[in-house]
Amino acid sequence: MAVPVTKLAPDHGRGLGYETDLERIEIELLLEGVYRHYGFDFRSYAYASIRRRLLKRTEAEGLRNISELHARILHDTDAMELLLLDLSVNVTAMFRDPSFYREFRAQVIPLLRTYPFIRIWHAGCSTGEEVFSMAVLLEEEGLYDRTRIYATDINDMVLQRARQGIFPLDRMQEYTENYIRAGGTRSFSEYYTAKYDGALFAPTLSRNIVFSQHNLVTDRSFSEFHVIFCRNVLIYFDKALQNRVHRLFYDSLVMFGVMALGSKESLKFSQFESSYEKISATEKLYRKTH
Amino acid sequence: MTTAEAGYDLVLVGTSWGGLAVLRALVTALPLSLCMAVVLVQHRHRDSDHLLRTLLQEGTDLPVDEIEDKMALEQGRIYVAPPNYHTLIEPGHFSLSTEAPVRHSRPSIDVTFHSAADSYGARTVGVVLTGANDDGSDGLRRIVERGGLALVQDPATAESPAMPAAAIRAVPKARVMPLLDLVNFVASLPAGTPAREGR
Repeated sequence: MAVPVTKLAPDHGRGLGYETDLERIEIELLLEGVYRHYGFDFRSYAYASIRRRLLKRTEAEGLRNISELHARILHDTDAMELLLLDLSVNVTAMFRDPSFYREFRAQVIPLLRTYPFIRIWHAGCSTGEEVFSMAVLLEEEGLYDRTRIYATDINDMVLQRARQGIFPLDRMQEYTENYIRAGGTRSFSEYYTAKYDGALFAPTLSRNIVFSQHNLVTDRSFSEFHVIFCRNVLIYFDKALQNRVHRLFYDSLVMFGVMALGSKESLKFSQFESSYEKISATEKLYRKTH
Repeated sequence: MTTAEAGYDLVLVGTSWGGLAVLRALVTALPLSLCMAVVLVQHRHRDSDHLLRTLLQEGTDLPVDEIEDKMALEQGRIYVAPPNYHTLIEPGHFSLSTEAPVRHSRPSIDVTFHSAADSYGARTVGVVLTGANDDGSDGLRRIVERGGLALVQDPATAESPAMPAAAIRAVPKARVMPLLDLVNFVASLPAGTPAREGR
């Protein structure tokens, strides 16, 4: 006798139905496949966002569902590269949130002046816009020559772009406005050379930046830092993974080292709130105190 | 698929041009006994400060929060989507994203509506108010596909009728009414069980 195929799994009371539950299974299987075959671990990423990106990739590949995307990326490394870009790239800008950089100048720079040598970790640097912004700021404060910025990202393709230090010329107007509002003290155009449709910031500004691949989910700490800068990266992780990464950051900061988060991120929802004190009323700047 | 029998957990409101005045009127008219979470998504400049939250809080005794990543979603509270991020809704909490603007908007009303429909299904109410583009239409359709409820401000009463008109074209069965009727209608809806952390 044939066994009828029906849905037995509960829908957890939200009335979401068959389609949503099936999709969740497909997504979990795909992320498991990506992890076991390629070693990239997206299994603890925030679900709503990863789902959105997977559906966009499915559509862009002309496929009907996540299972078809799963099959393709397992057998086609080019398709996997594209998916990796979709899953790991954060859209950013030079001096994103100008008020943050203004506050960094006011609250953090005086602390950094007390160190003979400064190590900064920029975790999840993407294509490098904010790394070069920090280099500009440190240059203007006279600290750049004793600073090394370790800029890391999970994705080697974006790091290659970041190393080039070339950003789109058509965004320089926006970046110049940001720079001025961030408290810049010179003329922004001093920092780059226009070339075709790009603005070249390297090699002068990249002289003290080390770009390298690092995976916040699976890799360990690689030094002790005076500042860790990780803005709008943890928002893509679920709460459990956020806590694991906060542990990594805590272990990687010197005592009284500074943790900088994105303007809508907070230590409030992590287990590490009591290990830090806020050093700004308006921006997400914290100092390790325990 | 179950419909409203279990009540509603979540009311999502999308607006752009002309939004401040209607959002003020909306939060002022919401009853203190409200047993749903209300999420407001308004298009605004990427460097806007907390002024919108402050202005809305002046109009109501219900707590108004600007959303931060992983903030819990609780009934009887009003949440404002922050500028320059997309607000995504997970079971029981918010997640933010800096993915590219969707049709020039970040926050995108569609992105929030979609994620809410997928996390809360038939327990979702989507509301589209005054605005000068068609953001929200697609997300409102998704909410209805998931068994949720669609409400649209009567375009004739909207400062900028384009957005509600587009929403009505996308969701012909949406309930259309002037703002205050709409608020009273929301207040009369049966509330669901408190939002829980999901799977």
